[in-house]
Amino acid sequence: MRNYEIIFIVRPDVADEDVQKLITQMESVVGSAGGKVEKVEKMGRRRLAYRVHKQREGFYVLFYVQGGGDTIREFERRLKVTDTVVKYLTVNTDEILQRAAKFKALRVKQEAKRRRSKPAPPPPAAPPLPAETAPA
Amino acid sequence: MAFPKENAPPGERPPRREGGPGGRKQYFRRRKVCKFCEEKIDVIDFKDVRLLSEFIAERGKILPRRLTGTCSTHQRALSEAIKRARNIALLPFAAGT
Repeated sequence: MRNYEIIFIVRPDVADEDVQKLITQMESVVGSAGGKVEKVEKMGRRRLAYRVHKQREGFYVLFYVQGGGDTIREFERRLKVTDTVVKYLTVNTDEILQRAAKFKALRVKQEAKRRRSKPAPPPPAAPPLPAETAPA
Repeated sequence: MAFPKENAPPGERPPRREGGPGGRKQYFRRRKVCKFCEEKIDVIDFKDVRLLSEFIAERGKILPRRLTGTCSTHQRALSEAIKRARNIALLPFAAGT
């Protein structure tokens, strides 16, 4: 089981209900292909940075999915045959999260070291981690 | 090193020296520090357009480390994120005309 982020763009002229219908449909695809949907995020209508299928805008939908290769294969196949989806991208987030955890651990260690070596001026408290960046 | 390092985002640094190579450096150079190390951003998210757009030039090119001061680890992660963002049309491959 791996963690994936799948982001896809729906044509802007599709009605909101239809987008919602597509999302529930894709959720069931994940379920039947042995995966699990962690979270679905509608990033909303956005201007595209370049034209895709003659469209300048698109409705972004983001899926956080847990599953194996088969799950992703089926998911992407479904996206491909859906005419209203103009573009999609799948990212495996395991490595990224692992690396982030490593950085965090390293930082905690360094922080502790610094505190031990010079206890007189206590190092400024680490600023709170910036919240997980979630575009509107 | 007259400027504090957190003076301005990397996109707004003063113009570099003019007159081609070999000219004398005319501008103060502030000490460049990797933004991601400084702000402890562990995950460079390809969906964070606002953050990424600080590191691309006007025409959509990825800015080199020598301009932004990003450390090599983060520059690698950053370029990956920018390329992903380009793929999904969040950022342009080539902007303008």
